Amino acid sequence: MKTLFRLSLIILTACSLHLKAFSQDMMPLLKKVKEKLDKVNDYTASGTMKTDVAFIKAPIGKVTVYYKKPNKFKLKKDGGISVLPKGGVTVTMNNILNEKDFVAISAGKQMVGSFMTTVVKLVPTSETSDVVLSTLYIDETDNVIRKAQTTTKENGTYEIEMSYGKYLSYGLPSKMTFSFNTKDYKMPKGVTLEFGEDDKAKKEAAKAKKGKVEITYTSYTINKGVDDSVFSK
Amino acid sequence: MWKLLQIELFKIYRRPRTYIAFGAITAMIGIIQLGLKVDGKEYMEFVMADLSSSFQFEGNLLNGYFVCFVLLNLLLVHVPLLISLIAADMISGEANMGTLRLLLTKPISRTEFILAKFFAAAIYTLTLLIWLAVLALFVSMAVFGTDDMFVMKNYYAVQISADDVFWRYVGAFGFAALAMTTVAALGFFLSLFAENSIGPIVATISVIIVTTVLSTMSVPIFNAIKPYLFTTHMVTWKEFFDEKVDAENNVIKGTIENPDRIITSVIVLSIHIVVFVGASIWIFKKKDVLS
Repeated sequence: MKTLFRLSLIILTACSLHLKAFSQDMMPLLKKVKEKLDKVNDYTASGTMKTDVAFIKAPIGKVTVYYKKPNKFKLKKDGGISVLPKGGVTVTMNNILNEKDFVAISAGKQMVGSFMTTVVKLVPTSETSDVVLSTLYIDETDNVIRKAQTTTKENGTYEIEMSYGKYLSYGLPSKMTFSFNTKDYKMPKGVTLEFGEDDKAKKEAAKAKKGKVEITYTSYTINKGVDDSVFSK
Repeated sequence: MWKLLQIELFKIYRRPRTYIAFGAITAMIGIIQLGLKVDGKEYMEFVMADLSSSFQFEGNLLNGYFVCFVLLNLLLVHVPLLISLIAADMISGEANMGTLRLLLTKPISRTEFILAKFFAAAIYTLTLLIWLAVLALFVSMAVFGTDDMFVMKNYYAVQISADDVFWRYVGAFGFAALAMTTVAALGFFLSLFAENSIGPIVATISVIIVTTVLSTMSVPIFNAIKPYLFTTHMVTWKEFFDEKVDAENNVIKGTIENPDRIITSVIVLSIHIVVFVGASIWIFKKKDVLS
């Protein structure tokens, strides 16, 4: 019994040391990424947004995105109604990296598109955090995040893929793709007052699937100041 | 013919009964608009409940275009009842008053007489729809503002850009005018067979109710006759509010998902009008007018 207890203790100690070692290993890389993002105090970006959900027919619209340190973010559609997945789009990489209480674990290397990335798993240590787990795919050549997967308590799992262009030096993407899970959609016929035969293809499309929101940025105005009132509207 | 039409229009618009329909539409639209203005947020939460569980919306969802769509959805089912009040009275009303025989002593053909009466009923229908459009669309736009329009279908939702909506309403009201003229033609046809107005009015309403039930029930035995019922096609105005998408699910602005359905419905409704009016002329020409 004593031997078994000692063995368990040794294994637990070894595991915790191993985790800590991984955590320490990943911190310099995360710090480099964060330093790059920290060059940006605020920005105003304009671009286009496309909502690709099987059961929503939505037009491509022009959007303006506002950001201010540490975690203020606002997306406005220029005329028209914006349809955004709950929780997902408003999360920036700064949000994820600004979390102070997390453990970073190395999870090897993986290709994202044509880029070799280092996979880092961030596990929040705070029990109040909505994020359960974040997985970052970091391009060590440019010190930018190419892809992130986040699992939350409230809004499920979503994935963000980023491609970079002329604002790479600031760590700001030229295109962001948010992928998320959707719930089933069905309206009672008594509400829509449509009593015709059901379209089988449309009925199938309404079942829970992945949805995507793509934002393609055309220009950024960086560190020129953004009024706080923008975020309160 | 023109003179006859003027006389018939004068007779319609000088009767207080004519304005019951205008008053009823004004009251119904006013009540719904007031309700949505006061408690529209809760209504929108109910309508958008399925989407709101996965998405957040920013913008004026409860705008004039959306309110007009709700109003048309609710009212276009009831407007035929108001139209039948006038259309089903066109011949039977004259018979009831004992003026039909007197009118036919004038040097006009029976065909001209029937056509003038029918066109007068059709013009009344049009003015009622114009009034409906003014209140439901223009007043709603003024009270609730404008923005993109969300149309909730059974299994999908359509977001139509604000600058792509208005022409759809022009089309929808144009289509509704044809659908309501079909109802007027039916009421007019039935008014040939009675010497008081109540019978044809109730008969018109009954036909509409029965055929609407048959059109809306998803029972296979009724499916064979559904395409031939005018009530099946009366709701096709909604097709104006569905857009085509390309292979990448991008909305193609200015398009209609199923234009062929609109064309089919226009043909079926037009055939109904021609048949009802043609039959009215044929029967009236052979009719022994005693009242």
